[in-house]
Amino acid sequence: MTTADKPRLSRQTMCDRLAMEFQDGWIVNLGVGMPTLCSNYLESEPDKEIIFHSENGVIGFGPLAPAGEEDRHLVNAGGQNVVALPGMAIVHHADSFGIIRKGMVDVTVMGAYEVSENGDFANWRIPVRKGGGIGGAMDLAGCAKRVFIAMEHNQRNGAPRVLKQCSLPITAPGVVKLLATDLGLFEITEDGFVLREHAPGWSPEDIQEQTEAELIIADDLREIRVRPA
Amino acid sequence: MKNKVFPDFDSAVADMKDGMTFMSPGFGNVGLARNLLAAVHRLGVKDLTGISNNAGSMDDRVDVGTLIEARQVKKMICAFTAPTHPSQITPFVQMYNDDELDAELVPQGTLAERMRAAAAGIGAFYTPASVGTELAEGKEHREINGRTYVLEYPLPADFALIRAYRADTFGNLQFRLTQRNFNPIMAMAADITVVEVEDSIVEPGEIDPDCVHVPGIYVDRLVKIPEDGLWD
Repeated sequence: MTTADKPRLSRQTMCDRLAMEFQDGWIVNLGVGMPTLCSNYLESEPDKEIIFHSENGVIGFGPLAPAGEEDRHLVNAGGQNVVALPGMAIVHHADSFGIIRKGMVDVTVMGAYEVSENGDFANWRIPVRKGGGIGGAMDLAGCAKRVFIAMEHNQRNGAPRVLKQCSLPITAPGVVKLLATDLGLFEITEDGFVLREHAPGWSPEDIQEQTEAELIIADDLREIRVRPA
Repeated sequence: MKNKVFPDFDSAVADMKDGMTFMSPGFGNVGLARNLLAAVHRLGVKDLTGISNNAGSMDDRVDVGTLIEARQVKKMICAFTAPTHPSQITPFVQMYNDDELDAELVPQGTLAERMRAAAAGIGAFYTPASVGTELAEGKEHREINGRTYVLEYPLPADFALIRAYRADTFGNLQFRLTQRNFNPIMAMAADITVVEVEDSIVEPGEIDPDCVHVPGIYVDRLVKIPEDGLWD
């Protein structure tokens, strides 16, 4: 078995690891797609109160609506029907982004095509097609208190996505704090791009081989945790 | 008090002209004025500029994509000019890639705030969104209290095609849950605001003044969606 073929972390594990960092009372905005898996983790920490914000103006919504109980007027950022929680509030789109620009969102979790070692990331444009899909990503990336990224470590052809410098147009410069990939957990610090936790069976050398960015190995490097210490 | 209720969707948009700009709300397929968009489609006006979060979805329901496919739109101003998934090749994506229509890509919060600026008589504003990206290139930058912002201008329109839950005959509007999305700011930003109403159009006084989401002075025309109308 070559290094690249070793078992990797599941998307749920990647998102669980990021969600573990959410603190009680945080306002959290989850991007469409993989990041929505973060909400599953919170069932394992019921004492943590997380307030979910969605760019279409919902503050404090609950899980996906069970079949037959959908309210056609209540959807999340992905257009999925969710349930209302007690205390939920609705605002219009301009106020929803006012919440974002004011810096009230404690963390936004997004997917990405590329992340660079200085914390730039790219998730809105691929070169083969004109235009891009920005949605609320630039407002969130530029203004949320923290940006976490969940992303596969390599492209389908094996090329690295964790780079010295993004090759695609960036969504925001220098904002990524924490990155979970299927190979581990990485923190972007003032010193550089730090490997904090690794997937089971992956050595720092194995991970560096799949990474263009230069890794700093944390002194307390450990296998990835998916439950609080 | 002026009665703004129109008998049907076609008469409510009959004076829309070629070359006009229209706003179409909606997010995640909720809160779009599908009946009014269908009426604009029937009217056949051309060379329109559309302002909307996205430019149509993959399903068969009437949305902005219906007007784009009918070649009634020359330009879209929106937050998505490429699909979020490569399989979602809408008529807009195809035509934009073939240079058959123009588009301006705007971050969603900036799009919303530009509408609010138009609605609120603001000449321009500075926002931190998009700083350091390709989208900020060529725009005026300014540092305020140590943070960098870009200058953005208001986004007005000739028509707003609005979906509300409830209205009174004077045009006071209420929305339900995430149906609200872009509806209030578009209703307040446009010159002519036309509203299709889901539940009921009641007499003035029946909506508690404290519970009005858009005051009737912004609203010009109302049409009740019939039982067989196009719902979300």
